[in-house]
Amino acid sequence: MAFALTPERERELQDILTRYPNKMAATIPVLHLCQDQHGWISDEIVHYVSQKLDVPPAHVKGVVTFYTLFNQHPVGKNQVWVCRTLPCALRGAYDIIEHCEKRLGVKCGETTKNGKVTLRTAECLASCGTAPMMQVNQQYYEDLTSEKVDEILRKLQES
Amino acid sequence: MLRRTDYLTKVYSLGHTLDVYEKHAQGYQAARKVLLSMTREQVIEEAKKANIRGRGGAGFPMGVKWSFMRPHPTKLAYLVINADEGEPGTHKDRTLMEWNPHSIVEGCIIGCYGIGANTAYIYIRDELHLSKERMWGAIKEARAKGYLGKTPFGKNYPVEVYVHTGAGAYICGEETSLLNSLEGRRGEPRLKPPFPAQAGAFGCPTTVNNLETIAIVPAAFLMGCEAFSKLSSLHHLNDGGTRLYGINGHVKKPGVHELAVGVTLRELIYDVAGGVLGDKPLMGVIPGGSSTPVLRADEVVHAPDEKSPLNPWHGKSVLDVPLGVETMRGVGTMLGTCCATVMAEGTDPLLAFLNLMQFYHHESCGQCTPCREGSAWLDRTIQKIFDGEGTMEDLNLLSDIANNIMGNTICAFGEGTAMPALGFLKKFRKEFEAYVRGERRKGQARLTVN
Ligand SMILES: Cc1cc2nc3c(=O)[nH]c(=O)nc-3n(C[C@H](O)[C@H](O)[C@H](O)COP(=O)(O)O)c2cc1C
Ligand code: SF4
Ligand code: FES
Repeated sequence: MAFALTPERERELQDILTRYPNKMAATIPVLHLCQDQHGWISDEIVHYVSQKLDVPPAHVKGVVTFYTLFNQHPVGKNQVWVCRTLPCALRGAYDIIEHCEKRLGVKCGETTKNGKVTLRTAECLASCGTAPMMQVNQQYYEDLTSEKVDEILRKLQES
Repeated sequence: MLRRTDYLTKVYSLGHTLDVYEKHAQGYQAARKVLLSMTREQVIEEAKKANIRGRGGAGFPMGVKWSFMRPHPTKLAYLVINADEGEPGTHKDRTLMEWNPHSIVEGCIIGCYGIGANTAYIYIRDELHLSKERMWGAIKEARAKGYLGKTPFGKNYPVEVYVHTGAGAYICGEETSLLNSLEGRRGEPRLKPPFPAQAGAFGCPTTVNNLETIAIVPAAFLMGCEAFSKLSSLHHLNDGGTRLYGINGHVKKPGVHELAVGVTLRELIYDVAGGVLGDKPLMGVIPGGSSTPVLRADEVVHAPDEKSPLNPWHGKSVLDVPLGVETMRGVGTMLGTCCATVMAEGTDPLLAFLNLMQFYHHESCGQCTPCREGSAWLDRTIQKIFDGEGTMEDLNLLSDIANNIMGNTICAFGEGTAMPALGFLKKFRKEFEAYVRGERRKGQARLTVN
């Protein structure tokens, strides 16, 4: 089989299995492990997870398509999500989104030509008290201003 | 009445480690006392006295929920903690996970013992990476000290706590959807009954508690649950203790504050959050997350009946009613998650409405036709009015769509979409009509204060 987890991630998979009374419950955490390694969930990964957890491929596919955080296609090296929901919008989220689109030269949902950044909007990320905000890969950036955004995007383009 | 407390927030500035929790917050003393000196039945009786209303949005009394758990001859039981925090406007649970994770672990130990479970899963939305890290860290520390594992505090009652993550779906905050997601399935809500207490996680009796609900349990048990309840000025309405109050939107100092239950919106906005941005007049407030109907700043309480719990505030501004589960219901909205979103005069209510309905359209799980089609139709129709192409019939159509969702769906997401829609339609009808007449235009619509 072409796809396999790295030994370290394989160990984590074994640890995940100890937490639940059955293997199916590990579907989401194991998909996260795979995406962490590969960037997106390919059909190969769907089959890999299905075999590892003794569940039908259709089950895994159904889970992948339900949750927005599983990428069904390759994405850029860095993920930028700008929160667009009301509490953030009340504090300037629409301007931040426009600013990002201008700076990166892409629309939300697209990836820059150099493959460095995928820009997307997000629904409320539980940081409404420090709005506007965005998430970059695993990091939250809060109380954004256009200067802060420029700095963040510049670093991503250099990454 | 404004009264600050710091049962949960004291360690926020001191550190999130076990050391700090034990030294400064009498950490794990409540769990030790409960496991070593109380029976399960006593725990539940005591818990009821705290009058802790569920902090996840519905306000169900926690102790009563625990009492639904009956020992099963063959099946295990589970405690599941809801940290999916995704309701727009809600930003309190995350602070607990990041800055006081041990209160949650300790609450889980007491909760598991009380409901007869040996395992607790904390379901954290995947985006909250720091929260997951802090929770796992706290679990590890507690296990190393012998507070979790086979014999917590030396008592022969095993307790394990695990973190489980979602993958980006607001609907997974709905408790039965969350259970499906925990079991590794698509997060589609289940039909009730059976309720989780009968058949929840993995088909076993399960209690689902919000993260803040479980985090406050140690403080309540440490002080005595009745004394804890009485900290609230709404103790007489069985709405006890202290809560985390969030405030966001157009205020000078947004944030999260721990206060005795019963603070008013006016106190929260002006005394706690420093007033409205730019000292503008207030237009309206969404009291507890986007699913709770909006209140206009100029609304007045109408409760002439002396038996009504709201009668003491008859004729007064809604801003002067204490924020409680029953009191907010009394003024036609809900306390929800207790995090208020403030909108200053000048905010375009139609654009705000559109923003929210885009959220519900995006997040409907699609199982029920009224919700799937209705949320999309609401979004499209508001967009049409916003684009200047709407008619007065479209405004009536919006109410019809919302009314057709109410009561016709599997889960409360449907009401959570329809109720705020009906709220906006009722409260801002005049402004929406102005759009239809061409007196208000898309180009001038703003959500920010300049
Ligand atoms: C659409 C929807 C989303 C919800 N999201 C959350 C959530 O993010 N966190 C939460 O604690 N409860 C959420 N709830 C409420 C839960 O279903 C459940 O009532 C709650 O977790 C019970 O805990 P409590 O009694 O301690 O409040 C949601 C409900 C609905 C209908
Ligand atoms: S009401 Fe909406 S979110 Fe809830 S089950 Fe039906 S379609 Fe899904
Ligand atoms: S609305 Fe942006 S974090 Fe809540």
